[in-house]
Amino acid sequence: MAPNGNGPGESFFEKVKESPVWKSVFRHGYADTPRNRILQVSSNVFLHLHPSKLPRHAVRIRFTWCAGGVTFLFYLILVVTGVILMFYYRPTGELAYQDMKYLQFDVPFGMIMRNMHRWAAHAMVIAVWIHMLRVFMTGSYKPPREFNWVVGVNLLVFTLLLSFTGYLLPWDQLSIWAVTVGTNMARATPFVGHEGPFGELLGMNARYDARAFLVGGRLVGGATLLRFYVLHCIFIPIIASVLMIVHFWRIRKDGGISGPL
Amino acid sequence: MANLDILKQEGCDPKEHIWSRRNFLGLVGWSTVLGSLGIGTLAFGRFMYPRVLFEPRTTVKLGKPEEYIVNSVSEKWIKLYRLWLIRNPDGFVAQSAKCTHLGCTPRWLESENKFKCPCHGSGFRGLNYSPNNLFTGRNFEGPAPRPLERFYIALAEDGQILVDFGRVFRGERDEWIKAGAYLKYSG
Repeated sequence: MAPNGNGPGESFFEKVKESPVWKSVFRHGYADTPRNRILQVSSNVFLHLHPSKLPRHAVRIRFTWCAGGVTFLFYLILVVTGVILMFYYRPTGELAYQDMKYLQFDVPFGMIMRNMHRWAAHAMVIAVWIHMLRVFMTGSYKPPREFNWVVGVNLLVFTLLLSFTGYLLPWDQLSIWAVTVGTNMARATPFVGHEGPFGELLGMNARYDARAFLVGGRLVGGATLLRFYVLHCIFIPIIASVLMIVHFWRIRKDGGISGPL
Repeated sequence: MANLDILKQEGCDPKEHIWSRRNFLGLVGWSTVLGSLGIGTLAFGRFMYPRVLFEPRTTVKLGKPEEYIVNSVSEKWIKLYRLWLIRNPDGFVAQSAKCTHLGCTPRWLESENKFKCPCHGSGFRGLNYSPNNLFTGRNFEGPAPRPLERFYIALAEDGQILVDFGRVFRGERDEWIKAGAYLKYSG
């Protein structure tokens, strides 16, 4: 980048900043003024999650189905019950199955916590699809909301990844073999899977590729369980939560809930 | 804000200075942050691949070569390691017993001199000696798209046959003539 602001690099950057893609992500530039600095603090998402006034159509259940809200409700249920399950569950090859059974058969209220977690997980995946269907059918993905659709698709992916990583944790035959099959698909990842396109050219092998990264070795075993546990409880929820904050904030910034056409 | 504006704002002549102090410190600050994040990310990538795996060994020893009959397919290791040890007049092949169609275990049919998969009927060639034995294991009937794989085979220091099923040789890629796909032995 030319340091005096008139070089070719700077003009390329200006062009990127004027492109429709950039404008859909960042609505306007940021003027570094004292007013904007105080607004950064006072307009943060937590103070503005709920709008100060609602348009009448936004509360019509037949238009929104409240599918996004229901999805978020399931997410909250999953966070709460999940944290409660973490008090008993130990993610090791020797103990995981036994702890799952312990929760189910002996720990007071363990059964309902486990079942709530399980059923809310299924329900959240279903609710996400219903939400997506509603947004699609009402055309709510159209500008100015096109970037929020992109955020939503990413949230869909992370919901499915949460579901997939959580599937291994009961550590029974079903989950082990489901994840064996699932992670085998990673072998065929382009570039970073050893059986995928260009994988061998880049020196991938069964010991060092995308699948080994997930599995922690060649076989689904204790290392895999621990990895999936960390992904399931820390990594993916944090990413999903950040995306949700952006998602909710953008609903407000893109003009509130879309109205009937 | 563009560098030019900052220079002007700080009262510097853009003809004499290309960096204001704020430009410079900003650049140093951001490259430190992004650089350490980048190094951290690379280190994390390596961190996820441990040096030692607590998994069953992929190298196994299958006894002395003279324990196997010349011109035969040994089914001794099918249950344990899922491979056939095939002895030719001048050497050995360690052939995977995993069908290349959908992964069932084929059967060795000695009377018909072929390996036949019970799931979908894939057939693979049996014994018929040629140098490096490029014949055995070739797919010739049914849905299997490629020959049965071969494992790395060598003689260990104690004289036993050593097989590494972490290293695979594929016939359709002409890998069977590579070193390690065939164990020369005539005793």
